[in-house]
Amino acid sequence: MNLSLSDEQVFLREAARGALSRFKTLEAARAALDGDASAMPDLWPTACEAGWPGLLIDEAHGGAGLDAFDAMLVLGECGRVLAGIGLLGHLPATAILSDATNAAEYMAALATGERRAAYLPAQPPSDIDESWSADPASGLARAPIPTVGAPGEDGRVSVTGSFAFVPDAPGADVLVGTALRDEEPVGIAVMADANGVQIEPVSRYDATRSLGHVTLENAPAVVLDAPEASLAAAWYLAQALIAAESLGSVETALDVSVAYAKERFTFGRAIGSYQAVKHSLTEVLRQLENGRSLLYYAGWARAGAPGEFALAASAVRSVGGRALDEAARTMISVHGGIGATWEHDAPLYFRRAQLSRRLLGGTAQATDRVAGELIAQADAA
Amino acid sequence: MDLDDTPEQAAYRAQVRSWLDEHKSEAPVLQGPGAIEDEDEIIAVRRVWQGKLAEAGLAGVTWPKDYDGQGLGPIEQVICNQEISRAKVPGILDAIGVGMLGPTIIAHGSEEQKSRYLGAMLHGDEVWCQLFSEPAAGSDLAAVQARARQQDDGSWRLSGQKVWTTNAQFASYGLLLARTDADVPKHKGLTMFVVPMDAQGVTVRGLRQISGEAEFNEVFFDDVALDTSAVVGGVGNGWGTALTTLMYERVTIGLGSEGMGYNSTRFAAAIAADEHARRDPEVRHRLGEISSELLAVRFTGYRTLTALSKGQVPGPESGLAKVTIVSGAIKAGDLISDVIGPDALAEDSEWAYMISFLPGLKSAGGTEEILRNTIGERVLGLPPEPRLDKGIPFSELRSKEGAAA
Repeated sequence: MNLSLSDEQVFLREAARGALSRFKTLEAARAALDGDASAMPDLWPTACEAGWPGLLIDEAHGGAGLDAFDAMLVLGECGRVLAGIGLLGHLPATAILSDATNAAEYMAALATGERRAAYLPAQPPSDIDESWSADPASGLARAPIPTVGAPGEDGRVSVTGSFAFVPDAPGADVLVGTALRDEEPVGIAVMADANGVQIEPVSRYDATRSLGHVTLENAPAVVLDAPEASLAAAWYLAQALIAAESLGSVETALDVSVAYAKERFTFGRAIGSYQAVKHSLTEVLRQLENGRSLLYYAGWARAGAPGEFALAASAVRSVGGRALDEAARTMISVHGGIGATWEHDAPLYFRRAQLSRRLLGGTAQATDRVAGELIAQADAA
Repeated sequence: MDLDDTPEQAAYRAQVRSWLDEHKSEAPVLQGPGAIEDEDEIIAVRRVWQGKLAEAGLAGVTWPKDYDGQGLGPIEQVICNQEISRAKVPGILDAIGVGMLGPTIIAHGSEEQKSRYLGAMLHGDEVWCQLFSEPAAGSDLAAVQARARQQDDGSWRLSGQKVWTTNAQFASYGLLLARTDADVPKHKGLTMFVVPMDAQGVTVRGLRQISGEAEFNEVFFDDVALDTSAVVGGVGNGWGTALTTLMYERVTIGLGSEGMGYNSTRFAAAIAADEHARRDPEVRHRLGEISSELLAVRFTGYRTLTALSKGQVPGPESGLAKVTIVSGAIKAGDLISDVIGPDALAEDSEWAYMISFLPGLKSAGGTEEILRNTIGERVLGLPPEPRLDKGIPFSELRSKEGAAA
């Protein structure tokens, strides 16, 4: 039994922290919200230099061949400084492609980052819903995932349908996800510049998050021979990655809040000495530590207990989303009025918290999935 | 990162499992068909079973070999606990003695005390109880008022009251924290004693709780005579000695929390059994939130274990895990009652028992508020609340408190 970081993992995390510290990501986020979109730094070259695009691609295909947990460490560092870097979309896509035997042509360029992929998020069936579903553009009802049409005379197939709020879709070279062919889920890869592919960049509330509505209209596609389990695992990998990113943001929000609670005095005492303030900060710490433990669970389960990965990843998503909301709100309240002003960083973490919790199915869907997985386990016992 | 046994651990596990396979038919049956019901008989057979586990090296796994232990680490202790639970046999009766009080005596006791008490404790021949908390000294343990006064011949006379004492009704000995000097600040005037529970002047009374059952006791001491050899760790050093016990208490709770039965698998099974509830969005949401946190605690336990096995002190996650377990179980009891209805509160219901037990558990081992203070100060480095008891002799503090009230 060993649930601690290896030396290599500590190095990976420190290297990520160092590389990202060269950018003023928070200032850029504020400027972007003020309308200066050009303020957002392009972090993809930094990711490529560090080898992050190939984290989950095996060495034979030019990647680093690392585990999901290593990817979570990097995403956690991105979350600390609200860095929008393209990995949330790229990494789950490369995980599906790695499991397909007919996708080798894509791998080298995706591993180096010369080309960028985006994952088209499709939620696998649950104990009470037999269908695969996509995030809707609006509303509570889940949307259908696209369908693969019958092959044309040249044997090529095309895909029709749409995905809303796809992370990192703008600027991606290849879109990878799940579609239905004869009612069965299959993996698909679509080139972003192909006919019939439309990617509409959308921005909501948090300028650090690159999103796009993807519409496929008879778009030429390659049907991947990745197994269905791999398609489901990609969804849960995306859940774990956004959770890791959220928990990274929680770390910063907590650090900044604690520092302020030590230096700000009222009624002759540091405010951190008051139980009410102290207890709200330890509540953030409690949720953060729970999230960290579940990151280990998800990181271990993906390879070590694939049957539990859906549960583990949904659980960390559920806890991570709630933790970020708690941390951002606590950050604002500990700072008092200043925490709610435009000049402060707290609103940027607050904005990140509100949008993140609604992406990739939303935190509430993940919470429901935890229940569903446990009910299924109880039935099997 | 991995959760697998090393080859050495796997060999140890196999050895424990094979002994349990061979001997589990000798274990007392405490649940289900053929279960023993008489309380006295349960204690008697569990003592015998503890003796067998000790003979086989399945008790005192982390105790040094010099004191009849196995000299192994916390991971082996957990492996042993897991295998005992897997074999569906009871563990040792005196978990408090072997887990917390024995290690305290090993750390602070005299050679005479070690040879007199440890062997009989380990084998279940003499059960022990922990006599720390008092009606007015719980989270603020150093405020104990049980008073031991030294006599001219060097012996001691003890008077006072302890509370929340598990196993006192059948314990042979207790480890007791008493005030021996009231004229120094409160942490300094304390001394730890071994108290024979059959001594003249010791009265044990069951303390019934919300469930109606008496899981704990109150213990009264009326001018109890103690020999000079009853002192553990030196006169005036009681606080340091107590801290050792409290450290082992945290470790015991941290490593044994899964065994408390407050886990997502059990709660989910109760929801899954109701055809309507298992499809109800609100029920599922509540179950999902509760379960996510309880699942986290399982892996927090593995993190604690990793730290211990590397000789590190476990981090804040282990203290906060108790908060998560108790609040999660309280929410689960509420959810399950909403689903089942009043039948969940039938007197013989497992849920009624759990629901009754949890409000008290919230304060066990220190209230949640004090735990959050400690973590806020020690882990986050936040400044302490101003205190009025620092550096003031205990006797003076008491009169101040009296005047303020």
